[in-house]
Amino acid sequence: MQTVPLKRVTIIAEAVLEERLIREIKALGAKGYTLTAARGEGSRGVRASEWAGQNVKLETLVSAEVADRLLTHLAERYFAHYAVVAYVENVAVVRGEKYT
Amino acid sequence: MADLWETLRLGLLSPMVLAFGLGVAATLLKSDLKFPGEVYTALSIYLLFAIGLKGGAELAQTALADFWAPALATLALGVAVPVWCYAILRRLGGFGVADAAALAAHYGSVSAVTFSASLTFLESLQLPYEGFLPTLVALLEVPAIIIALAIARRQQPAEPGGAGWGGLLHELLTSKSIVLLLGGLAIGFLGGPAGLAQVAPFFVDPFRGALTLFLLEMGMVAAQRFRDFRKAGGFLAGFGIGMPVLHGALGVWLGTLAGLSVGGSMVLGVLAASASYIAAPAAVRLALPQANPSYYLTASLAITFPFNLVIGLPLYLELARWLHG
Repeated sequence: MQTVPLKRVTIIAEAVLEERLIREIKALGAKGYTLTAARGEGSRGVRASEWAGQNVKLETLVSAEVADRLLTHLAERYFAHYAVVAYVENVAVVRGEKYT
Repeated sequence: MADLWETLRLGLLSPMVLAFGLGVAATLLKSDLKFPGEVYTALSIYLLFAIGLKGGAELAQTALADFWAPALATLALGVAVPVWCYAILRRLGGFGVADAAALAAHYGSVSAVTFSASLTFLESLQLPYEGFLPTLVALLEVPAIIIALAIARRQQPAEPGGAGWGGLLHELLTSKSIVLLLGGLAIGFLGGPAGLAQVAPFFVDPFRGALTLFLLEMGMVAAQRFRDFRKAGGFLAGFGIGMPVLHGALGVWLGTLAGLSVGGSMVLGVLAASASYIAAPAAVRLALPQANPSYYLTASLAITFPFNLVIGLPLYLELARWLHG
């Protein structure tokens, strides 16, 4: 099967940020995403709000340059004050044209 | 004084407060009792919407003449409280701009759950209260948050790329709790008592049971915050108890001036004394990310809420009784 090398950017963030993040990754070039509810702890151990829920895990398949844009954006806007974890992985995707 | 003890005792022995105590005990005993997040959300939705519905139906039957003075008093509180809370936290507490504004937003806004507990408290004592009080909850919910955020913005211009005012206001005014409360009010108002009667078996009768369950969860949540107490520090502990008493007294006094009954004045005191932990934290997290949730959530959830629930309610009632002579 023919596969295309792409990047998967995974963002784990506080649930309050869900809508914002989705808007922003789309604006930066992501064509879609997968959202899962998540729980966990980070180095800061800050729990921001019970009502908003726990955390969300956002995954999106993007090209290398969009991945870079996403990470830069997260670093500028979120890393300082919010509980956000982000990482990039290499993936081999079928139907690569859907994601770029 | 004997009256205060008696009222305290009655309050403490209600299922609501006892359930809160159970929640605290469960957490401290490290029980594995856990409410699924969705249940917590479902209960909050139910409670907020029910409060709005009942209040709206009552408002439909209230003359403007009876309503305008308490409404004005509520708005005055919503504007004034965040301002002096901010000042006290900055000057006396030494808090930074973001933290002081975040706390001010919480204390200026209102806790719908404390409000509900106060109504059931009055009902258990068979004391009447005005039906339009939930409208006052809606009036007090938002202004303080906006003012506190505005103060923060003026003192510390937003970082580049930070959320603009338009986006913030939109998020605040469309937040779940506002939509449910205001929407419920509108629906109750438009449907009137006849409309409410259609849904009363669901939204009116089981309300106290749902509130009891919710308070059980709140006990667990508050107790989880107890260990953040140390981070919050002595000043915040004092603030979290002292300010509600001050605000409660002010609210009771203003309510009495505005012509509310003993029950109604007590509730206005409760509204002034309570601190939000549904609407305010979400708004503050987005608008003031530099503010430390350990301060505002701990103060609101672990200090002020339990205090108001256990000691505040009887205290404000006795104050109201005393002022009414």
